[in-house]
Amino acid sequence: MSELFWILLSAMVVNNFTLALFLGLCPFMGVSGRVSTAVRMGLANIFVLVITSLCAWVLNTFVLVHAPYLRLISFIVVIASLVQIVEMVIKKVSPALFRQLGIYLPLITTNCAILGLAIFQTNRGYGLLEGLFFALGAGLGLTLALVLMASMREETEHASIPSIVKGTALTLILAGSLSMAFMGFAGLLSAS
Amino acid sequence: MKQTTTPSQDLMRGIWRENPVLIQMLGLCPALAVTNTVANSLAMGLATFFVLCGSSLLVSLCRKLIPHQIRISTYILIIASFVTIADMVLEALTPEIHKALGAFIALIVVNCMILGRQEAFASKQPVGRALLDAMGTGAGFLVAMLMMGGLRELLGNGTLLGFAVLGPRYEPWIVMILPPGGFLTLGLWLLLLNWLQERKAERK
Repeated sequence: MSELFWILLSAMVVNNFTLALFLGLCPFMGVSGRVSTAVRMGLANIFVLVITSLCAWVLNTFVLVHAPYLRLISFIVVIASLVQIVEMVIKKVSPALFRQLGIYLPLITTNCAILGLAIFQTNRGYGLLEGLFFALGAGLGLTLALVLMASMREETEHASIPSIVKGTALTLILAGSLSMAFMGFAGLLSAS
Repeated sequence: MKQTTTPSQDLMRGIWRENPVLIQMLGLCPALAVTNTVANSLAMGLATFFVLCGSSLLVSLCRKLIPHQIRISTYILIIASFVTIADMVLEALTPEIHKALGAFIALIVVNCMILGRQEAFASKQPVGRALLDAMGTGAGFLVAMLMMGGLRELLGNGTLLGFAVLGPRYEPWIVMILPPGGFLTLGLWLLLLNWLQERKAERK
């Protein structure tokens, strides 16, 4: 059990997908303007990540054993169709949730965090349960990073800053400081 | 389709004026993740260059065959095939660099810069122009990767391509080759570009 907990914690803060591995940067830069949208994007991500992990496990265990060179192609096809199906199911089952997630659900297909998760999971040889915890941790980590970043950007919105720093440069430098702060968590893992 | 640009413009605009990383902010994920040394940046830049040219060529050749409704999935499949080739070639040529880049080679598939060029250019243009455009954009990506990798390796390790540049008395700025350094380096380059642009605007 503790093994699973460490996988979750490690994916969430120590090897945070966005701040340490640079996965999922597009939403990180794009939708981190408001805390409320950041939370929704994070939730949509957690959801898709967990389902992807499940699918990647099924593919790896039953299909790709015979044809490992098709891994990349089959992963991307499965993820793209998966997001479509999930979108349709949510629309049918819970229109309220669908409206909340809005544009973010289709955007997730091109999010490198999703494909990255499937590949990391394969490379590390995670089983079903380990994969699910890994996906959950990664999703929580993405959400955490998004929400922190959004709160920082809301604060800087009304600050008076030099005109050359405004925009992406400021976001990147803020992200750098946040990433530096997250390096502090590295001690957690070696202590275990 | 009315042609509004000359072939040389197709080639040149991606390199600097519409640089994918520094101006359009596309393909940030590899530009930040693997640029901790010049060698890694170079390998990643070349692999992306190959994938971009290959897929632009194929997409442009097949542009009349691909049904409009499923074009995006077709592009992604074409890109994924070229990435698989690049992955295998890199593994055979330089196993160490392949290991250092790790999952990020596979992640070239979801580099939005590549898909963007297919949708915006290669799917509508004849083969020659699509290839020129891909080469320009790929070269622009390579330039940005080298700018990132060069600065990070120089400050973080005091070396360039493994050769000591700043001498033994230089105290390496280790954070630059760690993840935060990626964000900071790109932030600094953007600051410089913004400053240059603002100065140019003032002169006018």
